[in-house]
Amino acid sequence: MALKKYKKVLLLGSGALKIGEAGEFDYSGSQALKALKEEGIETILINPNIATVQTSEGVADRVYFYPVTPFFVEKVIAKERPDAILLAFGGQTALNCGVALEQSGVLAKYKVKVLGTQVKAIMDTEDRDLFIKRLDEIGVQTIKSHAVETMDDARAAARELGYPVIIRSAYALGGLGSGFCDNEEELNKLAEKSFSFSPQILVEKSLKGWKEIEFECVNDKSGNSIIVCSMENFDPLGIHTGESIVVAPTQTLTHHEVQKLEELTIRIARHVGIVGECNIQFAFDPQSEDYRVIEVNARLSRSSALASKATGYPLAFVACKLGLGYNLYELKNSITKDTTDFFEPSVDYVVCKIPRWDLSKFHGVDREIGSSMKSVGEVMSIGRSFEEVIQKGIRMIGQGMHGFVENKSIKFADLDKALKEPTDKRLFAISQAFSEGYSIDRIYELTKIDKWFLNRLKGIVDLSKQLHKVKGIDALGEDLLRKAKKMGFSDFQIARAIGEEKKLGTQAGLLAVRNKRKSLGIVPYVKQIDTLGGEYQAKENYLYMTYNGCAHDIPFFDDKKSIIVIGSGAYRIGSSVEFDWCGVQALNTVRKEGYRNIVINCNPETVSTDYDVTDRLFFDELTFERVMDIIELENPYGVIVSTGGQIPNNLAMKLDAMNVPILGTSAKDIDNAEDREKFSAMLDRIGVDQPEWSELTSMKEIGKFIDKVGFPVLVRPSYVLSGAAMNVCSNQEELERFLQLAAEVSKEHPVVVSRFIENAKEVEMDAVAKDGEIIAYAISEHIEFAGVHSGDATIQFPPQKLYVETVKRIKRISRQIAKELHISGPFNIQYLARENDIKVIECNLRASRSFPFVSKVLKINLIEIATKIMLGIPVEAPEKSLFDIDYVGIKASQFSFNRLQKADPVLGVDMASTGEVGCLGDDQRYAILESMLSVGYRIPKKNILLSTGTAKQKASMLDAAKMLSSNGFNIYATGGTSKYLEENGVPNTRVYWPSEEGQQPQALDMLHNKQIDMVVNIPKDLTQHELTNGYKIRRAAIDLNIPLITNARLASSFINAFCTVNIDDIPIKSWDSFK
Amino acid sequence: MTVSLVLADGTSFKGESFGYNQPVSGELVFNTAMAGYPEILTEPASRGQLIVMTYPVIGNYGIQPMSADENGLPTNAESEHAQARALIVSDKSDFYSHWNAAESLEEWMKREKVVGIEGVDTRELTKHIRNHGSMTAKILFDGKQKPAEYAYTNMLPEVSVKEPVTYNEGGAKTVVLVDCGVKAGVVRCLINEDLKVVRVPWNYNYSKIKMDGLVISDGPGNPSYCSEVVTALQKFMAKNDTPILGIGMGCLLLGLAGGMDTYKLKFGHHTQNQPVQLVGTDRCYITTQNHNYAIREDSVVGQWKVYLKNLNDGSVEGIYNTRKPWVGVMFHSESDQVSTDAEFIYDDFVSKL
Repeated sequence: MALKKYKKVLLLGSGALKIGEAGEFDYSGSQALKALKEEGIETILINPNIATVQTSEGVADRVYFYPVTPFFVEKVIAKERPDAILLAFGGQTALNCGVALEQSGVLAKYKVKVLGTQVKAIMDTEDRDLFIKRLDEIGVQTIKSHAVETMDDARAAARELGYPVIIRSAYALGGLGSGFCDNEEELNKLAEKSFSFSPQILVEKSLKGWKEIEFECVNDKSGNSIIVCSMENFDPLGIHTGESIVVAPTQTLTHHEVQKLEELTIRIARHVGIVGECNIQFAFDPQSEDYRVIEVNARLSRSSALASKATGYPLAFVACKLGLGYNLYELKNSITKDTTDFFEPSVDYVVCKIPRWDLSKFHGVDREIGSSMKSVGEVMSIGRSFEEVIQKGIRMIGQGMHGFVENKSIKFADLDKALKEPTDKRLFAISQAFSEGYSIDRIYELTKIDKWFLNRLKGIVDLSKQLHKVKGIDALGEDLLRKAKKMGFSDFQIARAIGEEKKLGTQAGLLAVRNKRKSLGIVPYVKQIDTLGGEYQAKENYLYMTYNGCAHDIPFFDDKKSIIVIGSGAYRIGSSVEFDWCGVQALNTVRKEGYRNIVINCNPETVSTDYDVTDRLFFDELTFERVMDIIELENPYGVIVSTGGQIPNNLAMKLDAMNVPILGTSAKDIDNAEDREKFSAMLDRIGVDQPEWSELTSMKEIGKFIDKVGFPVLVRPSYVLSGAAMNVCSNQEELERFLQLAAEVSKEHPVVVSRFIENAKEVEMDAVAKDGEIIAYAISEHIEFAGVHSGDATIQFPPQKLYVETVKRIKRISRQIAKELHISGPFNIQYLARENDIKVIECNLRASRSFPFVSKVLKINLIEIATKIMLGIPVEAPEKSLFDIDYVGIKASQFSFNRLQKADPVLGVDMASTGEVGCLGDDQRYAILESMLSVGYRIPKKNILLSTGTAKQKASMLDAAKMLSSNGFNIYATGGTSKYLEENGVPNTRVYWPSEEGQQPQALDMLHNKQIDMVVNIPKDLTQHELTNGYKIRRAAIDLNIPLITNARLASSFINAFCTVNIDDIPIKSWDSFK
Repeated sequence: MTVSLVLADGTSFKGESFGYNQPVSGELVFNTAMAGYPEILTEPASRGQLIVMTYPVIGNYGIQPMSADENGLPTNAESEHAQARALIVSDKSDFYSHWNAAESLEEWMKREKVVGIEGVDTRELTKHIRNHGSMTAKILFDGKQKPAEYAYTNMLPEVSVKEPVTYNEGGAKTVVLVDCGVKAGVVRCLINEDLKVVRVPWNYNYSKIKMDGLVISDGPGNPSYCSEVVTALQKFMAKNDTPILGIGMGCLLLGLAGGMDTYKLKFGHHTQNQPVQLVGTDRCYITTQNHNYAIREDSVVGQWKVYLKNLNDGSVEGIYNTRKPWVGVMFHSESDQVSTDAEFIYDDFVSKL
């Protein structure tokens, strides 16, 4: 057939990872780019997310690190003149941008054709009114809903429908600004907030308690349609699908019911005019066959990434090809290689997705889960029974839970409430309920989770009870052990249940179970995912492990030509797409060097779990137990633990104890860096300074220590990533309160207290060493002073304002440390610098979050070098260094506070950002503007509200305030700030804090009335006060979608940039043209 | 109770028995459908089969009430009773959850005398069938007598109606449905087309019935055992230009009557996701199939042409006659009123009547 030939195609990415729009779009975009490449089409990518795989060398022909906004995309179009554009692969961000470009006539002006589903179809699915109208035309039922544009109409609609109602904003990703309202008061609050995100909101009758069922559908231009995957939400309707545990395929629907919904799906997809992929969500009555269509996503989505991974059907790749004009039957199944892509996958396993929340990172956040998404990542488990996948999945989440049972830490006082009002911990409420003898019916009444799931969960609790009757490993019978393994019990869970953990300790206990089961031949088997239920032979090794089997699908080669790279697991705050990038770079290098590359990972949003990246993909747990199972079968040449963040890093010692060949830096040296005591002793020995610290063993000792160093102090456990449970305490009361929380976090490792140094610069060293010699490095500088977590800080590279002497000292110390720890591979050291006084604050003998950023700015792939070193391949130090770079890269953080109701949007030592961008500029100010605009800031038009904290901070903001004033901005300021500005000759209008009742104008009123374009609110200290004046202002800014900055140095940088640079003057340059 | 599944080539699998406890032999086939076990077990084309479900968790929604609808056709099933002899699964749900469930799969299997095995690595078993072809197998119980060897025979007498039955008396046109083991869903589809359906036994002399069209139904087994049907059909075709539609087994029989050859597929088509393409067009359909045989492509000659082909293995999925309104397709409609793309077959047929 004759395809229209496209020469150059532009793909829009999704920007920074945020709640509701995360790594899945790196995966879908990468797939689309691969599909285009296969066709010989030149590809242009706009995506400021520098940590992604899709913005790596060799994926797109040209990459633009600019905001995905109509303004910048038009500029790129004008420059590149592509003949077509893809809008479906960059989430809601790309879709919204595409719709805006179409409506403004930009696409027509430059003759850019939209490939795949057309903008009109997209609008039909995005605008609720149009959507309902279109579905009415084909007799498909939708949720009765009123689209309203004013508060009065919202109230009237709700009265007509009757409470409870649900509110949604049109054109918003992941249910932003959505929620349930039980009465008018709740409606008033939520509706106002939703209006700030969208001019139109929808008021609907709530169908709480119905099932939620999803289908992924693919349609080609000839009208051939297939259903790729059916998915059933474990949680009832009312919990956003991104917040719900999802199981594929559907478990509790009859064939007839599935067929009925599939037919509807295809009817809808054809009627709207989908060419490519779409996702349709249904509400389904548990008591009849009644249904409602909840929504249609005319683009790749989180669910489609999940469906791709769940079935092995590469949805994004296929959707892209269909957009180019192919028919489904003309494409080959990429797993079997000889059947067609026109087929509906049949799975012979069960898949379970579980979201990962990091709500404990946020102060004051509402823990209830509901119609708005709060989770930051997800895992997918594969097995051959529901019990197996749910228990695997719970472990994969990586929050210290061992499965559905045998967890210690959680105990619900009001169990009925915990079941009825679900939180991120609801599964464990169900577990507790079963142990306390609740019936399935009672739990169903409280949770509305289908009884089939509940019964299966009860089976796990029942088996746990049987195990608890067994006294010790010798009394454990083969049948019971086998049954437990089939139900997904880990060796550790069994050890704990039979009392071996208590007797022997964690590791020895689980090893006792492991040895026993191995001696009985109870081992997991490796199965392939083949898309056709075994009907055809799979050519790809997309694998999982199960105890519900008796044979392996694949052979194992004892040739020492395999390298296992351990992946990074669920995306979470502090470990996200950047480690997937690192993993993929390591895997690519391993393959290039002639080894078989094997990955273990469990995150469906990743590119590393794309089966054609590796020779073998084990989509499985990152626990010691499972990793050992795989290592024992594969008998690899070596294992790489340094590119996947903290999870693999933490396995190093345990694997080493089993004589696993760990590549690169030795496990002992990793421990020497991780263990604060050992590390500190080493620094003392080599004469390197660090902030004074002490190990916490009793409150008395701490008291003495603080008497010496004074407040504030930094308190943290020894194994940390993203500052989990790390906090700054400014006084005795805070210290005592915090330690009660932190003590729960890690029992194996002590908590340390260190002196917190204020007004110091933070500097990062990302480097690669070989046998203790640094081969390549990048030094970058935080814009904020120390005290903002390095994952939240705005980072510039190369450093712009460091003394030459500081850089010199940092290099020297880094060399000493590399040598002392015999580093071979990637590592990162964080420094404090005040004047030229340098202190080491942290050292990780693994790749860090900033590796992709510095690698791409420097254009030296640090992971590639590190991997070669770990493989023992000779490398030469790159000729270029950061001193040769004439441009600057700025890495800015993306926050998702708008999704986290009630959380205080203030930054501290604990990481809170969900994503990042990195932009380049010949001038630092260009890069600042590009990156700030990329993470959702807008250049204010007129009015700015300032409240700038302590005297010192006020002073540091003065220049910026003057600049605002002289550039014609109106400054509104709260009491102290107003007075200070007045005294320094900066005109401003005083506004009043919420506590200053009766005084006018009130800051909050101005925010609500949309009179303020930007808020700079600098908290007085680093402690987090809830419900203070500052909190109310900050929270209102977030809830009303008004840009908020809480750091004086960042605010100054941003203000300086937009006051001195006209956004129109920013040159548009692709990555490769920065030289 | 632990039982063994012993294949004709000697391979054996162990599992726990459930359902009906009795040694049994049959033809071992795998089915990759993820839902629809009641329909699969009751479909006449499953007659004599030991069915391996590749999806591991089976029985979740129990069994919906099987009674008769206003036409006397079975509800929630493809025929009144179980047709398969055994069901082999990895994980059987004892507990079922569905608003319209009447009983559990196991209770129903006990009553319907269907033997069950659970705890089997059904993927490994499926791969064995895929690699070595479908074969007979036995399920052995300790201490119980071995079952007789499974013999391939003409199964039509077992699955066909005994006397003619008429549906939709006032239908616009009349078709005669030769019942070779027809699925209830096929009868419903014909009724939905507003046809009066005269369903006759497989060996009934239908040539004297006044009709607008003839349908040869789907059904179980090897078409070469059904020469009686083929001969009758040849006679009918020699004298009439009446539109004919052959479905599944009916398509094979039509092929044989038209002078074509059939052969046994390595492991048959027993899935809900067989992709077929209308030859010479871009149009493709996902179809449900349950059969072991196909028409040999090089035997489709003369007035006959290949109508549809399987996109995976290239086998013939449909034939048509270039001079007469005769069509055969290897797939069939689902049991319910949900319309699928593949139903264009019925519409086309009706338009010719």
